[in-house]
Amino acid sequence: MGLFIAQLLTGLANAGALFMVASGLSLIFGVTRIVNFAHGSFYMLGAYIGYTLMQVLPGAVGFWGAILLAGIAVGVIGMLVEILVLRPIYRAPELFQLVATFGVILVVQDLALMVWGPDDLLGPRAPGLRGVVRIMGEPIPKYDIALLVITPFVALALWYLITKTRVGILVRAATQDREMVGALGVNQAWLFTGVFALGCALAGLGGALQLPKGGADLLMDFNILTAVFVVVVIGGMGSLPGAYLAAVIISVLNVFGVTYLPQSTLVLMFVVMVLVLMVRPYGLFGREEVAGEHGQVGEPERPIKPAGLQVRLLVAAGVAALAALPLFGSNFTQVLATDILIFCLFAASLHFLLGLGGMVSFGHAAYFGGGAYVAALLVTHADTPMELAFLLAPIGAGMAAIIIGWICLRLTGVYFAMLTLAFAQLLWSLVFQWGEVTGGDDGLLSIWPAPWLSGTTAYYYFALVLSVGGILFLRHVAHSPFGYALRAARDSERQAEATGIDTRRVRMFAFAFAGMMAGLAGGLFVFSKGSIFPNELEITRSFDALIVVFLGGVKTLSGGIVGGAFFKGVEDMLTRYEYWRLAMGLLIIFVVIVAPDGIVGTLRKLAERAGLLRRAEDET
Amino acid sequence: MLELSAVNSFYGKAHVLNDLSFTVARGQVVALLGRNGAGKTTTMKSIMQLVVPRSGKVTFQGHDITGSAPHKVAKLGLGYVPEERRIFTDLTVLENLEVGRQPPREGSYAWTTEMLFDLFPNLAERRGNRGKALSGGEQQMLTIARTLMGNPSFVLLDEPSEGIAPVIVEQMARVIIQLKQEGLTVLLSEQNLHFARAVADMAVIIEGGTQKFTGTLDELNAHPEIRDAYLSV
Ligand SMILES: Nc1ncnc2c1ncn2[C@@H]1O[C@H](COP(=O)(O)OP(=O)(O)O)[C@@H](O)[C@H]1O
Ligand SMILES: [Mg+2]
Repeated sequence: MGLFIAQLLTGLANAGALFMVASGLSLIFGVTRIVNFAHGSFYMLGAYIGYTLMQVLPGAVGFWGAILLAGIAVGVIGMLVEILVLRPIYRAPELFQLVATFGVILVVQDLALMVWGPDDLLGPRAPGLRGVVRIMGEPIPKYDIALLVITPFVALALWYLITKTRVGILVRAATQDREMVGALGVNQAWLFTGVFALGCALAGLGGALQLPKGGADLLMDFNILTAVFVVVVIGGMGSLPGAYLAAVIISVLNVFGVTYLPQSTLVLMFVVMVLVLMVRPYGLFGREEVAGEHGQVGEPERPIKPAGLQVRLLVAAGVAALAALPLFGSNFTQVLATDILIFCLFAASLHFLLGLGGMVSFGHAAYFGGGAYVAALLVTHADTPMELAFLLAPIGAGMAAIIIGWICLRLTGVYFAMLTLAFAQLLWSLVFQWGEVTGGDDGLLSIWPAPWLSGTTAYYYFALVLSVGGILFLRHVAHSPFGYALRAARDSERQAEATGIDTRRVRMFAFAFAGMMAGLAGGLFVFSKGSIFPNELEITRSFDALIVVFLGGVKTLSGGIVGGAFFKGVEDMLTRYEYWRLAMGLLIIFVVIVAPDGIVGTLRKLAERAGLLRRAEDET
Repeated sequence: MLELSAVNSFYGKAHVLNDLSFTVARGQVVALLGRNGAGKTTTMKSIMQLVVPRSGKVTFQGHDITGSAPHKVAKLGLGYVPEERRIFTDLTVLENLEVGRQPPREGSYAWTTEMLFDLFPNLAERRGNRGKALSGGEQQMLTIARTLMGNPSFVLLDEPSEGIAPVIVEQMARVIIQLKQEGLTVLLSEQNLHFARAVADMAVIIEGGTQKFTGTLDELNAHPEIRDAYLSV
């Protein structure tokens, strides 16, 4: 009994920081509709800044003052990010902003590395709260007790702000209908900035508060991000009580998980999330999302038409050039080109889902890594010949996509996105923690292609044929009746249903098809590298694909491909430098601001303006 | 007080308003009439700059407001009452009013919640209720009251009588006449003449985004064929 209580208390204490970070994310999303991927980075900054301030400021006052100041400092940084990075792109299509926040993640990672170095920092103990107290014989750190007391006060203050003040009323009004709030004379820009700063300050506060428990390190941004997404989704996007309850559930679950099921702590969190969402699709306290109710209607889509002769010739020339590459390119160039081709296929499969189907998946890496692992597991454990294992990669990924899609497709919008992320993370944590079978963190090695494909050039041609073939196939399906049905379902569910399209079925098929193509890319990947590690299933890999699709341009079929080539090419160039993340992050932010239609979309607009291309309206 | 000159508005490529030009003088109630889809709401939004006209000019009290941010337009004293009762359903009546609150401008009315509850007694009893708990008529009153909290000198009323019980429509007409007597200028959109006849001095009729008639209500009454051609009954 004593142990039980002790664990409950530890769980509740841990919930504090998690709640603060999650409530910040939730607030920001509610008002600005931005899914702030960089929220974990603000949490990390809070920890680092708090650490430095604690070194400088003496005593108990210094300690608590440092926590408060860290929160404020991070709030100010958040404000700057909002004004400089996000404000110019509020009018961009929905979800485009998350690409910019991803750029912020990269920038913050390298800045933290520059300022605080690569080593983990041990958080200082809170003055006067160093020891433990015994509750029913079990030791409980005094600092945990302090957190237990502090968190409700923060929650209460936040609750007061949101429910009782004018600012809070405006925030809630804007969460529902921000256009109307603007028409009533409220300057939305400052409301957005204020909320963003407040959300970031909360994240910073959470980061600084957990210093004595967890210290500061360069991985904490992504580590908390997943947990925070889970909390916000379980609680319901935009709901503070929901965030609190969910933070408690997840934290307590984690503490018990460590004791009773140490092998599956990560899996547990996602299982709970999936279960909650299956019963309550919009979270415990969430409100149903209605598309377009927030007065954010993008420019109408231009119809995507089959390629004209010009484009066909261009593509043929490109493929011919790629085919000729081994004649003059070095071994190294061929390896790089193989990487790029595989990545382009992966990105194109996500583009199919996102651009054509309107389904934003945050967890597309599940099918890429999933396909790769299917092949690798077959080779490792069943001595399957490469050809068969390779064939089963897309099939395995497609089957996973069918199961996951079946569950996720009951939701739409950001909830769908979050749930796909949860499943990807579930798969990742399974692979990561089930070491006997998957090799865990050490991955699976010696997954080599069959002898006839073992040369670099041979494999290059293999990858070329299958990637280009896969991309052309995706294109072909996009222009088939199925592709039109998919777009109809995306543009207007009701109209599509009225014309006899079973939208759910169409989406299901599209999801499985995109998963299969991602699995094909994964199969190509694993045999090109000869090994596979869990990071191919990670959240960052999913984000890479998302960035590429958005950067390339959601509205153009070539977006995924151009974006993929651009991203991989630049990455290859930049990773040679020490602070490549900083450069990459700044580049992403730059592209997002100057080219909110994506690279392809913006090039096309420029070409239209210059008269090189006919405008779409002339053709119809 | 308000002047539109050759305003053209688009949704993407759809040309919805075609060279719209009219003026509303201080103290007038002008009815903007036209069938469903004629472009009334788009006209209102083009005045508020929620839809920015691609060409033409909107002038309010001598300021060219074309392309300004909507909140700046509102700050100048233009109040917008949207169609379909876009209240904040999760907020209480009092909180809805709070969102609309703006400090009074020089010479403008200075509304308080109590004054508004006198104007709309039904709302007074429901001040603590959430928006979603109100009836359609109460919601419509709340949208008007919310806009009045901004102490506007000019109010855009988009189809205030749509989908509302006749008793409430009558009450609404009395309110508008009262507001007019207190010096408020109003541009009101309607699909038919019933409500407009009771309150308006002038009428502008549009069809397919093009202006078909501009004149006094007496002139309009003298030409029933215009009414029959462009309005629903
Ligand atoms: N958000 C929109 N996007 C595209 N077209 C629109 C939009 N809103 C209205 N329209 C079109 O513009 C025209 C005028 O609409 P509206 O101004 O709402 O008319 P009214 O208010 O007179 O009924 C209609 O043909 C309508 O279909
Ligand atoms: Mg209308």
